[in-house]
Amino acid sequence: MSLLQPLPIVNTPAVDKIRQLASDVFEVPLSEVVPASSPDTIATWDSLHHLNLVLALEQEFAIQFTPEEIEQLLSIELIDALIAEKLQA
Amino acid sequence: MAELDPRQHLEQCMEAGKWAEARAALEALWMERPTSANANFVSAQAERLHQQEPMATARVAFLRSFTLEPVVPLLRAGAFVKGIRLETLVGEFNSYPQEILDPASKLYQFAPDVAILAVQTRDIAPELWNGFTDLTSEQAASVVQRVADSFRSWIAAFRTQSQASLIVHNLELPAQASQGILDSQAVNGQADCIRQVNQELKRIVAEHRGVYMLDYDALVGRCGRERWGDEPKWLSMRMPFAAESLLRMANEWLRFLYALIARPAKVVVTDLDNTLWGGVLGEDRVEGIALGMEHPGASYLALQRAMLDLHQRGVLLAIASKNDSADALHAIETHPEMLLRARHFSATRINWTDKAENLVSIAKELNVGLDSLCFIDDSDFECARVREALPQVRVIPLPKNPSEYARTLRESLYFERLSLSEEDRERGHLYAQQQQRTQLSSAATNIEDFYRSLEQEAEISPVNAATMARTAQLTQKTNQFNMTTRRYTEQQIAELAGRDDRGVYTLRVKDRFGDNGLVGVAIVHHGGEVAEIDTLLLSCRVIGRTVETALLAFLAAECRERGAQRLEGWFLPTAKNQPAENVYASHQFQKVANEDQGTKWSLDLMQADLQCPEWIRVTASTSTNREYACR
Repeated sequence: MSLLQPLPIVNTPAVDKIRQLASDVFEVPLSEVVPASSPDTIATWDSLHHLNLVLALEQEFAIQFTPEEIEQLLSIELIDALIAEKLQA
Repeated sequence: MAELDPRQHLEQCMEAGKWAEARAALEALWMERPTSANANFVSAQAERLHQQEPMATARVAFLRSFTLEPVVPLLRAGAFVKGIRLETLVGEFNSYPQEILDPASKLYQFAPDVAILAVQTRDIAPELWNGFTDLTSEQAASVVQRVADSFRSWIAAFRTQSQASLIVHNLELPAQASQGILDSQAVNGQADCIRQVNQELKRIVAEHRGVYMLDYDALVGRCGRERWGDEPKWLSMRMPFAAESLLRMANEWLRFLYALIARPAKVVVTDLDNTLWGGVLGEDRVEGIALGMEHPGASYLALQRAMLDLHQRGVLLAIASKNDSADALHAIETHPEMLLRARHFSATRINWTDKAENLVSIAKELNVGLDSLCFIDDSDFECARVREALPQVRVIPLPKNPSEYARTLRESLYFERLSLSEEDRERGHLYAQQQQRTQLSSAATNIEDFYRSLEQEAEISPVNAATMARTAQLTQKTNQFNMTTRRYTEQQIAELAGRDDRGVYTLRVKDRFGDNGLVGVAIVHHGGEVAEIDTLLLSCRVIGRTVETALLAFLAAECRERGAQRLEGWFLPTAKNQPAENVYASHQFQKVANEDQGTKWSLDLMQADLQCPEWIRVTASTSTNREYACR
């Protein structure tokens, strides 16, 4: 097999997945989930939905958050950054 | 062509109004990704489907001492794809005692069909969970007693307020015992004390109708005690589940809800090649198929064991296989490692016909609906074909790896039940005997020879405490051979049996193939000169074998003995009791009334001579407990 053969794409970037998870968990259209989205901009982002989002992220990326991290994850931007950091670690 | 995204595929089915396909797509979507994010999507789509094709809906209330909300979406999605729509109420955090005890609480206003009482060890018995070493053995015993008493009073209070089914979690053991390995040596140590609560809880649950125990400790153990929870979630949110445990909890609840709301499957219809054994019989011959204690045959033997376990609790087994019939039956009977033999199968369709067609014919032969069948096959093609042609049939597609076959069947929801009667246990055997009888019937040329060959024994006796439940059940369930179709509860049968002017008689029939169990009931109003048959019924297991003649001959003799001159009875026609239509006419009764509701028949006990057929041996005991043999 040639080494030049392109590798199959196995993963869409984490950022896209996070958008989709948030859209599913908060039950809002994908287009409404933007980096600045937060409990202030998404009406359904209450504490229970926040917990559901945390669990969905943990299931998707096979990671675990600390209590401090859970409290900080209050915008899509912050989530993107923390997931990127955890996936690199 | 790129494969269509599953969500887009579902959307297309919905827009095209292909509801059965949409349902299958939804189930596939959930099975593929049973996650917290996907749960909301699946439920939202299922809600749309429900608008088109309404599903069974059940109201479920959660009474809890901890955070369990994140499990609920997973439960709803899992139930939806099995055709059950749930409306849920999650009680206030740790307020379950008030909610249970207050008749005006939200719980009772919600009017649940099912309530789940989920309380964990560290909430209800913190002393047993943490700080067990502080307790003297007397103190530990009194904690056990206190906890059991609490459960007892809550369950009793719930039962007086609500008719809903109640599922009670038992208490889980800690991952680490507070005394380490010493706890296992100690009598009445920490683990023992928690187990004592669970033993007591089991007794309490058994004392109430419609209350069931969920073995939460076993569930946690199966998943791994150390992995079940994650401490940060517990400390910050009072949620005892790790992200990976949510689905296990949801699935365990679903097993109970499915057993309570859906009807269990009654028949497993299995494929043969690469299912009951490894390899293809037509190519590998009987010597070449894989089956036995060693790899790779062990996986198939394990699946047979799982099927035999189902058979023992009353599930019928049947075969639908594309094979040469003679070769396949030969393999089943002669292969030394086969656990399942021909006698375990109530129906076999081994031919080259379409499997969907064979399933229809199996359902017909066994006299069950298609929705009672569960189809098992290793071929994706056959599974898809059956799903498409017969959406009512439940399908269990086998995984690629045969070592997971047995677990797949054992984990299936479709056979879960919360109670099992003796009759259920015997059913598998009864049907297999029935099949032998049918074969015999085709061999016997003359019908009387056939009756004789059955070697039937009928045992007629007054109803007693042991037969009361089955007697009531027969009046409730028998539709075909039933003269009046009057339904009685166990309580009502008990009242009738207690009256001097009533006789409640039961009929039990055995034959050379085995015991058919209690299969007939007669209720007679002894009223002096005229005795009236209130109820006369036979289970369809024994229709067409002249046992009704034996029963009527007994009733005539019994009523004559008690001074009656005439024996009378109504035939009240229904949509289903045609098989009973001619019973009185063919037993010397005269029609004496013909009204809208039905016809009334009378037998002159002074003139008529109604005899028990010579091919049935009858043993009868009358209400006065005098025993005599009919012949």
